[in-house]
Amino acid sequence: MDQIFQHVINAMVLGSTYALLGIGLTIIFGIMRVVNFAHGELYTLGAYTAYGMVAILNLDFFSSILVAALFGMLIGSLIEYVFLRRKDLKNIDEVMLIMIGIMIIMQNLELMIWGGVAKIIPTPFSQDPISLGAISISPTRVFVFCIAVVLLAIFYLGIERTRFGLAIRATFQDQDAARIVGVNVKRIYTVTFALGSAMAAVAGALLAPMFVATPLMGDLASLKAFAIVILGGLGSLGGAALGGFLLAFIEEFGASYLSSAYRDAFGFLVIIIVMLFRPQGLFAAKERVG
Amino acid sequence: MNWKLFAVFVATLGVFPLLWSDPYVLSVMGSAGIMIIAAISLNLLLGYTGQLSLGHAAFFGIGAYTSALMSLGFDVDLGFGMTWQVDAKPVWMAFVTAILVTAFFGWLVGKLAFKVRGAYFVVITISFAQVMRMISLNWTDLTEGPMGMISIPPLTLWLPGEGVVNLTSKAAIYWLVLVVGVLAYLLVAMLVNSRQGRAMIALRENETLATSVGIPVTYFLSMAAIISAAIAGAAGGLYAHTVRIIDPDVFLFIYTVTMVIMVVAGGKGTLGGPVIGGLIFGLMPELLRGVVEPEVQWVIYGITMIIILLFLPRGLVPAMYDFIAWLRTPFAIPQRKTGHSLAKEAN
Repeated sequence: MDQIFQHVINAMVLGSTYALLGIGLTIIFGIMRVVNFAHGELYTLGAYTAYGMVAILNLDFFSSILVAALFGMLIGSLIEYVFLRRKDLKNIDEVMLIMIGIMIIMQNLELMIWGGVAKIIPTPFSQDPISLGAISISPTRVFVFCIAVVLLAIFYLGIERTRFGLAIRATFQDQDAARIVGVNVKRIYTVTFALGSAMAAVAGALLAPMFVATPLMGDLASLKAFAIVILGGLGSLGGAALGGFLLAFIEEFGASYLSSAYRDAFGFLVIIIVMLFRPQGLFAAKERVG
Repeated sequence: MNWKLFAVFVATLGVFPLLWSDPYVLSVMGSAGIMIIAAISLNLLLGYTGQLSLGHAAFFGIGAYTSALMSLGFDVDLGFGMTWQVDAKPVWMAFVTAILVTAFFGWLVGKLAFKVRGAYFVVITISFAQVMRMISLNWTDLTEGPMGMISIPPLTLWLPGEGVVNLTSKAAIYWLVLVVGVLAYLLVAMLVNSRQGRAMIALRENETLATSVGIPVTYFLSMAAIISAAIAGAAGGLYAHTVRIIDPDVFLFIYTVTMVIMVVAGGKGTLGGPVIGGLIFGLMPELLRGVVEPEVQWVIYGITMIIILLFLPRGLVPAMYDFIAWLRTPFAIPQRKTGHSLAKEAN
């Protein structure tokens, strides 16, 4: 029984960062419809920015997360401004391939700058786990969980409840109508992409201290982010958050009770199954996808 | 299709090893050729039916593993005390089995994935490739896991006077790849110029309209997926028997990306596209090798890819045709636009 609780706790922590990753991609892929393969690279970028700030510039851990977010936002808006602005986003394949090109470039730049060796990101928290009966959890994980949940809430409210969020949703529902009522559509595109990228970077900065930062960590992160978004249903923010937790639970329990070697495969199997029976995602209203 | 041009091109490639027999050059051309075959197969799906499969490396990998396993023989513990044992088969038989097995997987993936389109289709195909990669990594009984499979036998050929020879020399591999490549090209060329091919193109252009005139969507998409997978499997089999070592990296996403970019750079939906794109992106890494570090090489690769997508989104072959047409246009005397010429421009 204790073991199950331990897995639940682990899955909740992992799920909170997955949710961040997923919600960032939701606004880019689900709302903007850019199949963003560079998402995982922004996640890596966030992890390395945090590492660079803490280990090299001796900044404190908390500010390093903020810097990672800002840097992610900057790079995200650059990508949108340079590569996507002139492209018709309806042309899904071409845009997707451009993003793959950006992915290749970013990944190899990271490899050049940081080398292939994994980096450990120091945190100010003690290494001793907090014990509650038979369950233990490291303070870093508690912190990561709290920050992630707060960010998710802020993001959700920002998109669903503010005028700015309304402008974003309106733009991607009907660009021309949004323009008529005075939304600066071009700016919305850049800001949306930048926000999604910032979320990925924060997820990287938060998750890296729990594991390590490696140049290739973005590959699986991208694919998992897609898995999360699709599990949740395209364009549904709440769905993406739930999808993140769901994927974490599937991985955690699949790894402990079925096979740890296939940990990363479970997520993909679930995607295939969800696509077969409920292609609009688990938590979204019915939508035509074929 | 321009048969004269095709014949000249194939003949040039055929005599190439006689003119320049440097083993390094031939081996580079051979591996580029294998990727070109894979790109030709992807072009059938991406270029002619308009479905972007980002799991194409899975078919390549399945072909490579099946061919290797059949030619080496294997035994698998099925649980409940049962084992499934297969003795080593002749290499050509293994190769053909690989093509059939991949064709089956093509049918299966088509069956599952063609329920959805666009981004969803892409994600299913990627997931399929990832699952395959994890199986090849973790099912060590069968695949040796990350260690990979070694000493895979080469393909053989019976020659009059010399008996059965192993195709191991660089020139032999080059010709072998060329022959399979030409066969794959002709198969795709025949298919897309047939009634079936026109149905596929109709689906790409407007699925709703095509359905309304009675074209069975799933039937033609499955057919394209099966043939495309089979050709990719043949490329994988060639890879296994010429490189003779395979490991789970054959399933890597980057191989799919390489195939896609070969097709897109050359011009998707054109027969020559994957060949031209494949020559550029297959030979570029080799030309850059030794000049710059591998990371820089990949960065250049990525930049080239983006530049082509931004400025020649239809690919090099259509751009070349446009250029030739432009050269042939006589110095323009401004003509009064007729209905006929307007219709032409609209195309």
